[in-house]
Amino acid sequence: MGKTLFDKVWEAHTVRELPNGMTQLLIGTHLIHEVTSPQAFGMLRDLNLPVLYPQRTFATVDHIVPTDERVEPFSDQLADAMIKELRKNCADSGIKFFDIASGQQGIVHIVGPEQGITQPGTTIACGDSHTSTHGAFGAVAFGIGTSQVRDVLATQTMALRKPKVRRIEVHGKLAPGVYAKDVILHIIRRLGVNGGLGYAYEYAGSTFDNFTQEERMTVCNMSIEGGARVGYVNPDQTTFDYLRGRPYAPAQGEYDTAVARWKSFASDPDAKYDDLVKYDASDIAPTVTWGINPGQAIFIDENIPSPVELQEKDRSTAEEAYAHMKLQPGKPIKGTKIDVAFLGSCTNGRLSDLQEVAKYLQGKKIKSGIKAIVVPGSQGVAALAESMGLAEVFRDAGFEWRGAGCSMCLAMNPDKLIGDQLCASSSNRNFKGRQGSPTGRTVLMSPLMVAAAAVTGEISDAREIFGLS
Amino acid sequence: MALTKITQIAGTGIYVPGDDVDTDRIIPARFMKCVTFDGLGEYAFYDERFHEDGKPKAHPIDNPKYQGATILLAGRNFGCGSSREHAPQALYRHGFRAVLAESFAEIFFGNAITLGMPCLVMDGRDIRALAALIDEAPQTEINIDIPGSEVNMADASFPAKLPDHAREALVDGKWDAIADLLEGLDAVKSTADKLPYMRVA
Repeated sequence: MGKTLFDKVWEAHTVRELPNGMTQLLIGTHLIHEVTSPQAFGMLRDLNLPVLYPQRTFATVDHIVPTDERVEPFSDQLADAMIKELRKNCADSGIKFFDIASGQQGIVHIVGPEQGITQPGTTIACGDSHTSTHGAFGAVAFGIGTSQVRDVLATQTMALRKPKVRRIEVHGKLAPGVYAKDVILHIIRRLGVNGGLGYAYEYAGSTFDNFTQEERMTVCNMSIEGGARVGYVNPDQTTFDYLRGRPYAPAQGEYDTAVARWKSFASDPDAKYDDLVKYDASDIAPTVTWGINPGQAIFIDENIPSPVELQEKDRSTAEEAYAHMKLQPGKPIKGTKIDVAFLGSCTNGRLSDLQEVAKYLQGKKIKSGIKAIVVPGSQGVAALAESMGLAEVFRDAGFEWRGAGCSMCLAMNPDKLIGDQLCASSSNRNFKGRQGSPTGRTVLMSPLMVAAAAVTGEISDAREIFGLS
Repeated sequence: MALTKITQIAGTGIYVPGDDVDTDRIIPARFMKCVTFDGLGEYAFYDERFHEDGKPKAHPIDNPKYQGATILLAGRNFGCGSSREHAPQALYRHGFRAVLAESFAEIFFGNAITLGMPCLVMDGRDIRALAALIDEAPQTEINIDIPGSEVNMADASFPAKLPDHAREALVDGKWDAIADLLEGLDAVKSTADKLPYMRVA
């Protein structure tokens, strides 16, 4: 019987079985940021423990960084204290920190792949639930809490129970104007926000085979929104080509050996899965959320579901969603006025996202009165986008071009919704209050759909606005 | 590191209804601008409890009837979303010592157990029946029997489940894994030595 990538990576990283039956799993690569690590370093100090493998932890600052003023001290004193604490913890422990001045700072899930730190057949942990992003490289990547950040710093391991593996196949070609974001929103809509509980998701099928590395990251990123802590794609030539030559990737002379090793981790053709679901890419249309969790999603030309169309168990959350979103069941979502357009985040803040939007935004203007911001996922993305003239396209259209960070995905920096503003957002969560105002409203969608909404001032079908068909 | 063996939890209860209560709701992100977990307790469920102008929304937590409650009852998929340990920390520091729900998101569950705050799964009907009992007699003590997988209130008894590993960890006083993990450091090194990428700085 064959094995899945998950089985193979798990076996290679199993240290031992703990007395309570959990597995002590080696975490080869640890990524940290300013929000969930300071307490972990504090716990280490309380226990008088050193960082065991400082060269296997990498840090950046992303959640709290302002995207307009980039000069320290930050005007938000709490944010300023957090960056200083991270800087000190990294210096004291000998941890590499991609600091603001490095030109390499950015969202942790964009920096890891960009630097070539994220590699196939490895285990990765980070105190952030979107760590599943790194699974796009055939890594097994876990979002963890702060006590586990402590565990990884002190022992390079954590205690885990092995999840089941569900293979999710998507076959065929996506229609023009349909993107990786629509694929993952569709999967979450179908399987539910807790459908992945207890599972790792293996994404496969010809749609994934043909995806770029960045598209795979968009899908893996939102695994947790479907309840799956881990999501991955088997590594292939696309992966190996992406990593070649990156700063932390194996050197040229060792690259072929590394690729052979990476390939050996891919799931066997006769691997056994605990569950299998299949979707057809041609059934997927541009998707937007209408509610307060990412599973409350519809195609752009569908109506907001009425309670009677929903399963009984989903009705109470739906009622809560109608009230918060101020949207009417049974009515179209298309045409809903927006106030803000946010393009960025670890889901869709990569170069290819910006390139795709710029291709269609060229020569267009955003609707007056709409606040639209582009927040590149990293300084690396920003520099490339600027050198390619993309920043100019966005500025000319009326977008603000900002510095790298998480920004309005969770609004821990000054970028926030005000009151009940409605935001067309390329991010990953539409939870109540997520974008900084308790009454603020978020509609998740692909980057091009965000641009379409910015141009028209309302939730729109990007295929119509930009003439795709 | 000797930890308390957590076998029985006694206290009064409070029901906070709703499914898919995410960790952003349990502790909004703006309260995470901190380098310690101190003081998070007062911000638990903050935006559910207060309007933007600070006026209370009449949330159960602020209802005098349930003051002093240490056992939280919730719906399905409790603690979904962000991995922030700030969420169980806020609940614990608010005074909660156990959560009873229809189901839990995985990362939240692990974070809570590591704090020694058991999260037990109960049938939805039982949650609502227990909530009704609390509503009638909010000061009546609830008893959670961890090894017995049972929740008792007055004459009523409900099954309440924990996965085996979590139940054992609580009952054996090993709910924080760090001591066990540290005992394996030799094996950690030998496992790491077999992985080429671990040797690359």
